[in-house]
Amino acid sequence: MKVTCMVNGEERVADGVWAGESLLYVLRERLGLPGSKNACEQGECGSCTVYLDGLPVCSCLVAAGQAEGRVVVTVEGLSEGERLHPVQEAFVAAGAVQCGFCTPGLVVAAHDLLERDPDPSEADIREALAGNLCRCTGYEKIIEAVHVAARRRLPEGRREVG
Amino acid sequence: MGTGPGVLTDPVTTAVRGGVGDSPRRPDGTLKVTGEFAYSSDLWMDGMLWGLTLRSPHAHARVTRIETARALAVPGVFAVLTHEDVPGTNLYGLEIRDQPVLAADRVRYQGEPVALVAAEHPEAARRALDLVEVDFDPLPPVTDARESVHGTSPSLHPGGNVVRHVRIRHGDEHARADVVVTGDYEVGMQDQAFLGPESGLAVPSPDGGVDLYVATQWLHVDRDQVAAALGLAPELVRITLAGVGGAFGAREDLSIQVHACMLALRTRRAVKMVSSREESFFGHVHRHPARMRYEHGATRDGRLVYVKAETILDGGAYASSTPAVVTNAATLGAGPYDVPNVAIDCYGAYTNNPPCGAMRGFGAVQAAFAYESQMDRLAAVVGIDPVEIRIRNALTEGSRIATGQRVDSAAPVAELVRRVRDMPLPPSADGDLRAMPGGVANTTHGEGVRRGVGYAVGLKNVCFSAGFDDYSTARVVLEAVAGEPVVLVHTAAVEVGQGLVTLQAQIARTELGVARVTVATADTQVGGAGSTSASRQSYVTGGAVQAACRQVAEEVRRRAAERSGADPGALDLAGGKVVTRDGVPVADMADLLGDDRVERTVEWRHRPTSPIDPATGQGDAHVQLAFAAHRAVVDVDVELGLSSTGWCATRRSPTT
Repeated sequence: MKVTCMVNGEERVADGVWAGESLLYVLRERLGLPGSKNACEQGECGSCTVYLDGLPVCSCLVAAGQAEGRVVVTVEGLSEGERLHPVQEAFVAAGAVQCGFCTPGLVVAAHDLLERDPDPSEADIREALAGNLCRCTGYEKIIEAVHVAARRRLPEGRREVG
Repeated sequence: MGTGPGVLTDPVTTAVRGGVGDSPRRPDGTLKVTGEFAYSSDLWMDGMLWGLTLRSPHAHARVTRIETARALAVPGVFAVLTHEDVPGTNLYGLEIRDQPVLAADRVRYQGEPVALVAAEHPEAARRALDLVEVDFDPLPPVTDARESVHGTSPSLHPGGNVVRHVRIRHGDEHARADVVVTGDYEVGMQDQAFLGPESGLAVPSPDGGVDLYVATQWLHVDRDQVAAALGLAPELVRITLAGVGGAFGAREDLSIQVHACMLALRTRRAVKMVSSREESFFGHVHRHPARMRYEHGATRDGRLVYVKAETILDGGAYASSTPAVVTNAATLGAGPYDVPNVAIDCYGAYTNNPPCGAMRGFGAVQAAFAYESQMDRLAAVVGIDPVEIRIRNALTEGSRIATGQRVDSAAPVAELVRRVRDMPLPPSADGDLRAMPGGVANTTHGEGVRRGVGYAVGLKNVCFSAGFDDYSTARVVLEAVAGEPVVLVHTAAVEVGQGLVTLQAQIARTELGVARVTVATADTQVGGAGSTSASRQSYVTGGAVQAACRQVAEEVRRRAAERSGADPGALDLAGGKVVTRDGVPVADMADLLGDDRVERTVEWRHRPTSPIDPATGQGDAHVQLAFAAHRAVVDVDVELGLSSTGWCATRRSPTT
């Protein structure tokens, strides 16, 4: 079958898609966007998290056909040209990246959290990222990265309070 | 930076940005946060095929027939291979070559590879796998490691079921004590569960060889095993490290390496293999389950007199690194304590359970669970605090461990325990359900919740032990590009996320005083670096990079001295220049090099270790030891048995 959707602001068409393929497979193997990761492919680890019509989803659990006519944003679509998004920048700065396989999913999940709540508490961060598994870092620096990103995104006046 | 005459006379600071002691960013960090970093499962080539593996559903069985014709007839399938298609030796292994590439007449664990398929689409390959006919004649599996070592289980390999037995006898093996505690301990199998599944891309080359891009931990040992299985000269198997999504020991053994190469060589097409998560659990070794019987003898005031133990590690169907894991569990088996008398017997067993091998801690972890549980019991019997009993018996510099080896570097065990004890306790949940046992399931608001605090200490060897020829190789090239000195560092050392790529560049910047350093992708085109395991790469590959840089620096100083008439021994490299000890520049490195390049390759070794004595386990087996202390704080709802996430405080000794 043929699947047409908006991916990172561009209309993309995948042809010859087998009905059993996931959105993750189509992004990685047919549209040249391997940033979303194939870690568990069963909705456990969050490494394949993308936005689908503005909501974060595990793209491994979305059938490719379900994306027809919808808007997808992947980790590749978050930076503005050469400039990293503050969440991406904070992950590098805070040392929250080691092997990095969980990173794309965590970056999308953290991006979504800060869109909803610009100044989350540590408990809020832990809850929001509970669906994303990391095996290297022990999570401490990931949580720190989200705090750093939040501080950078907040208007000047509110930074002291947080 | 300009290179005019005025600039050359300005003093240059020897501090270098991004050098050792600084905290530069990971060079791969930006690629990893934007999704552009190429992991082994991201590789793609025009016309590539997908490879899949058929695995045994039985833990122990004879294979009486394999028929591939129906599978081959599936549209889009290019090859179906069995043991008959293994071009070289159908056996591999890290320490003992006992594991078939593809099972021939017998399978020894559930998940053992039996056949391979290459097809245009993964789904076609899956359908073909279903059509490979294999007749198994199931045999009773050997599942009990103790029975396998001491009992009458049938032999799973020609040499019997004991992979290795290490016997430690230190001091008086018949020592007696006033206070005795005994315990039986069992720890289960664990999985490393790295996030990036086993994967890689094999590309046949016109010379009859193969290029393999793969996530692994040890390129050269992979290459040697792959070459032997393919019946190729090692130089015809070129392995390049692809992006590694975590490792933790699970990539030290081969997984898809030989299989992908066999399919590529047969089909003359590039072949990509990627395990699913479920297959990944079958496709790599795990942490050894252990059964441990410990007896601790002490004085009435809690000073250790002896430790006696028997430990049985279940190695599963194939040896993998079981011999080395047994050595660790035995030689580190008395813990980071001063114990005058130690008698430990540690066995690694063959069974029909999943194969076990390397995982973070590598034998030291299992033993720690037993000896630390024993220390808590001993503290209770003697009537002193669990922290105090650990401090009272703590190993110090100058102590001897169970192998008789004297600890000749820092051993701050007591200090580490004190530090974790003195850290502030985490706050109570304070009404936030998310921090309560049971969380937002709303099972308690604090009633029935009790707080438990536990301590544990441990020790671990750093680098390879027991006489292993442990080395790494570094090639360092210094040249001028666009009027600026640049350094290339090339090793076969594997970056798995730990930060070695950052560290290699830091070392080169500090040693050569050059800001622009590139760390080349690790591959087998340079000498071996050993495995990324045993906490060894910073030490050994770091040592090799430093040594190669120093040889390059020596040559640069020699050239500068030749030109300026200065004593080469009185020159340093800093800020891209050759400077005097006072920081006064005598030559600009880019000028000095011109179109020439200085290149040095160095093989570097740490101090040698000794094998342990086969009868007593005595010997200077370890290069260095690292120590750790932990405090765990866990809130438990004693009515429901639910616990909160817990807080773990850790302190580790620095290694040198």
